[in-house]
Amino acid sequence: MIRAENLTLGYGDRLVLQGLDFRVAGGEFVGILGPNGSGKSTLLHALAGLLPPRGGQILVEGQALDDLASRLRAQTLAVVPQSSEVRFPFACLEIVLMGRYPHRRRFGNLTPEDLLLALQAMERTTTGHLRERPVTEVSGGECQQVVIARSLAQDPRILLLDEATSSLDVRKKLEIFEVLKFLNRTRGLTLLCAMHDLNLAALYCRRLMFVKNGRIVRDGPTEEVFTPEVLAEVYDTAMEVRRHPRSGRPYAVMLPPAAGEGELGASEPEAARA
Amino acid sequence: MKVLHNLAGPLESATTLTQALDRRRAGVRRLLAALLFLSLALIISVFLATGIGRMELSWSAIAGVLLNKLGLAAAPPDRTTEVVVWSIRLSRVVLSGLVGASLAAAGVVFQGLLLNPLADPFTLGVSTGGALGVALLVMLGVGGSFLGLSPLPLGALAGALGAMFAVLVLSREAGRVRKESLILAGIVVSTFLSALISLIKSLDEESLSAIVFWIMGSFSGRGWIHVGFLLPYVLAGLVLAAYHSRELDILALGEEQSHFLGVAVSRVRLKLLLGASLLTAGAVAVSGVIGFVGLVVPHLVRLVAGPAHGRLLALSAFTGALILIWADVLARVLLSSGQELPVGVVTALLGGPFFFYLLKSRQARGIW
Repeated sequence: MIRAENLTLGYGDRLVLQGLDFRVAGGEFVGILGPNGSGKSTLLHALAGLLPPRGGQILVEGQALDDLASRLRAQTLAVVPQSSEVRFPFACLEIVLMGRYPHRRRFGNLTPEDLLLALQAMERTTTGHLRERPVTEVSGGECQQVVIARSLAQDPRILLLDEATSSLDVRKKLEIFEVLKFLNRTRGLTLLCAMHDLNLAALYCRRLMFVKNGRIVRDGPTEEVFTPEVLAEVYDTAMEVRRHPRSGRPYAVMLPPAAGEGELGASEPEAARA
Repeated sequence: MKVLHNLAGPLESATTLTQALDRRRAGVRRLLAALLFLSLALIISVFLATGIGRMELSWSAIAGVLLNKLGLAAAPPDRTTEVVVWSIRLSRVVLSGLVGASLAAAGVVFQGLLLNPLADPFTLGVSTGGALGVALLVMLGVGGSFLGLSPLPLGALAGALGAMFAVLVLSREAGRVRKESLILAGIVVSTFLSALISLIKSLDEESLSAIVFWIMGSFSGRGWIHVGFLLPYVLAGLVLAAYHSRELDILALGEEQSHFLGVAVSRVRLKLLLGASLLTAGAVAVSGVIGFVGLVVPHLVRLVAGPAHGRLLALSAFTGALILIWADVLARVLLSSGQELPVGVVTALLGGPFFFYLLKSRQARGIW
């Protein structure tokens, strides 16, 4: 589905990620984890065709991403950005309907199917009641839900989420991830989510990719890589990983730095781990 | 875990889709009704505006000339009436309508494209760029004749595109056009270009009056030949803008998200900028710099019709035409001495306070 070959990414003189090689098969649910500035968003931007690679290439469904026409790319692949601001007072339904753009013919009218997909996407993201409200007048979290609804209305085979639920409250996070899980299971939607919330990632993603210092340091099934050793290595923070008795999923608890080391920021990571 | 909400099932109520469809159909009907109303208003306005002027003419005489020209009535009333009605007044009314439509449509495109409700051909310096292009040609003596294809519209187009480019370069920071710096850059470029125009004026006394003409913005002495100049620009600009109106809606979400939705951002934006510059350049070439129409009309229409650009473009073009036709009537009759005001003065006098009111009421309602 997605293949990165010897991928090098960067801005200006600065290289952010170097020599990445990975494959994501259809129907996978992948979490991309790593500290701030490790290049998670950069990777997603490259996979979305926004940032041309410095070296290597990206294949989507066997085709080089650069060769794909914009509309075709958007039919296959949708992206939910971290946050979005809309400056014109479009009704939320209109925003969601924009997700149908890559599927519509230029002078074709909106079909009932377009409308149905948009309405369904809004219901799935619990934003149905916002249909007629101007997007400039809803809260930041609601706006983000609307943008997620738009990406669902786009009806892609691959969905990239860049910290898409970071600004949402717990309940909304779960609602969104339940929808993603549902679409992943029933439609085989391929998901790549850059995330900061370790436990949310462990709860839903079946595969985790840890990025640090421009490289993928660990990549594997959640059960195998979500370990105190890997987390300590990636985040320079001592963590304890347990398995929740009811969900059966692993979760991490951070530990305060070793006694006598004072502030967290002042302590050496090695000392904290020792 | 307990299912949080309806995922797989049908829509919460079967009526939701029919409701939404009905809503959209009603929206289309309202748009058609509005366009019909504006067309009628436009036809009536053209007729009324043709009747107003220094020489008193009876409505039946005017109707006689128009019907004759349309091939519906046999003999024109008399030669003088025919010249005044057809060659002087009607051509001028039609031209002012076309310019109004161009400026309003250009305003819609600039505001949508640059995500800035304050953007318009005037504030971005595009109009001034066009005026400079014209001033340069006038100074070089290539613009004197209006017979055949005059180079003046091309000068205006080059100036307009050059100014647009300069503003974009100035407001670019780290590869992005910042909306805050855009208007500042527009003011800088506009002021600088105005200074250049003043320089040309003082260097070349002979062309002074011709240049002042453009700066003030006026329809005085314009005729069918100018309508002929403008028409290709208006048509090309409107077609480009209308063709990409759906992309304009999406571009309102920003560059990144437009890309994610499958818009070829750079190409589409270039075409839209070209379209808006064509509209502006055409208008500037025949009538000079007329401010506020491109700024106020899209605002006004957006208040009533919402932000969708297809609708906005059509309604703004009609409204712009209506407003400029009547502004030009005012410019012709306002001074009792029989002298004409430049129409740019009228639009600024009316548009300034009105725009101030719009801004204040918007702030009060928390939009923009």
